[in-house]
Amino acid sequence: MTNLELQKTANEVRKGIIKGVHAAKAGHPGGSLSAADIFTYLYFEEMNIDPKDPKKADRDRFVLSKGHTAPGLYAALAHRGYFPVEDLTTLRKLGSYLQGHPCMQHVPGVDMSSGSLGQGISVACGMALSAKMSGDSFRVYTLLGDGEIQEGQVWEAAMFAGHRNLDNLCVIVDNNGLQIDGNIADVCSPYPIDKKFEAFNFHVINIDAHDFDQIRAAFKEARETKGQPTAIIAHSVKGKDVSFMENNAGWHGKAPNDEEFAIAMADLEKVGEALCQK
Amino acid sequence: MSEVKKIATREGYGNALVEIGKENPNLVVLDADLAEATKTGMFKKAFPDRFIDCGIAECNMAGVAAGLSLTGKIPFMSSFAMFAAGRAFEQVRNSIGYPHLNVKIGATHAGITVGEDGASHQCNEDIALMRTIPGMVVMCPADDVEARAAVRAAIEHEGPVYIRFGRAAVPVINDKPDYKFEIGKGTIVKEGTDVTIVATGICVDSALGAAAKLEEEGIRAEIINICTIKPLDEEIIIKSAQKTGKVVTAEEHSVIGGLGSAVCDALSKSCPTPVYKIGMQDIFGESGSAADLVKKYKLDAQGVYEQVKEFLNK
Repeated sequence: MTNLELQKTANEVRKGIIKGVHAAKAGHPGGSLSAADIFTYLYFEEMNIDPKDPKKADRDRFVLSKGHTAPGLYAALAHRGYFPVEDLTTLRKLGSYLQGHPCMQHVPGVDMSSGSLGQGISVACGMALSAKMSGDSFRVYTLLGDGEIQEGQVWEAAMFAGHRNLDNLCVIVDNNGLQIDGNIADVCSPYPIDKKFEAFNFHVINIDAHDFDQIRAAFKEARETKGQPTAIIAHSVKGKDVSFMENNAGWHGKAPNDEEFAIAMADLEKVGEALCQK
Repeated sequence: MSEVKKIATREGYGNALVEIGKENPNLVVLDADLAEATKTGMFKKAFPDRFIDCGIAECNMAGVAAGLSLTGKIPFMSSFAMFAAGRAFEQVRNSIGYPHLNVKIGATHAGITVGEDGASHQCNEDIALMRTIPGMVVMCPADDVEARAAVRAAIEHEGPVYIRFGRAAVPVINDKPDYKFEIGKGTIVKEGTDVTIVATGICVDSALGAAAKLEEEGIRAEIINICTIKPLDEEIIIKSAQKTGKVVTAEEHSVIGGLGSAVCDALSKSCPTPVYKIGMQDIFGESGSAADLVKKYKLDAQGVYEQVKEFLNK
């Protein structure tokens, strides 16, 4: 895909996030929007996957360690063809397979259930180690929140991955700078994130999370890095492309009402129209 | 009388892993810096390429085991019960139980027979914690024979399994040619008519000792060995309770949430019966030899005998 195609797809993913969270009257739009470009790149460009065969043995794996941003993952999966886009509005509703946090038994394309922070990266380590033990060539990707890395288990896993030279593992930290209680630097600062991962024997790449040139280059660099895992620190904007949600911790875990929904969709339409003129 | 053979159930665990490791190339074993003590060191020596030392990081180990199971391996993760079930409870619940992954947890040094290390390491809560997780099989073998059988059954079972093993050497009581093991099946190890003693782990041998003393006084106790606490063999317990009308449970575990609670859950549904629960009576343990501790906390034959008598005399 060209960068423009990726941008247009990411714009559709963002609309899917807003529609889902609005319909659910609950959910986590802020961190879903900040990671939308990463979700899009992973599922439309980077990973070896097949929506028609979600469980194919040699597929690359993805673990959404920051499971609360399920609306972003679901929107990417739906647009990639794993399930109908219309189903996104069943999010969080009784009987829907689109649970508030990802449940692997019910959602095609979800490789691991998640939601409790700090745990997905360990599972990704297990998958990557398993591939090494069996000589399998698949790669493993996991997306973490920057607040999530306050969990001690993240660093247990980072020590494990660095120690075992899991170069088939790519950790992405969505560094939008905000968590529920406010600025991550004020709540309990995890900075410097890059130096911490470096100290755990990771190859570290800092990027703008909304620049597809940088995203593309980073994942390529990760694939070419041998002997150590890669951590991509993706500097992002929480609530990206929805005017009133951008850089506002209040939109971490809140759904827009009907009026706000209309504004959010208009914002995203505007972004989409601008892309069409390119 | 010839000396009874004594072996710790953790030894049976280590031996079984090596034995099954030869047959099943997908078996991988994880530990958190306790391989010598948990006896997974035996597997490490035999199959170094399939042994993963996670360091002192049990929460991460649970997740790594989950990841291994998602990619075709059959992981057995090990640590002391305090850390495997206690410290990593939420990881076991969310990363293994909720997605119903094929991860086996071999938790050693359960209960007070940890001994000298004291209360910080004496896990009397693991059965309670593990049996609350939907889909989790929970087993507590009584001896070496049962420990080895339980490990094999766990590997043949699809889904998460928790097995608790002990540190101290315990008498081998199941070394019989007709011994059979099945997940979810209890066994009557002694028939009786006056009182039912439902026991698990080391307390099965204590119950047998207690029954011999009771027999001398004309009290015929029926002993049921429950290795699988979940799913519980309710039928065998209810049938016995209907016969004897009085039930005692015995376990090296808190009386809150363990075998005793599981038995009460079963009986209260269809056969309300007076139950006395022998176990750790909502208290922490302490340092001491395993033998001194089981005596003090009345989990040995004499202690079980005294408590059964007291219950029957009420």
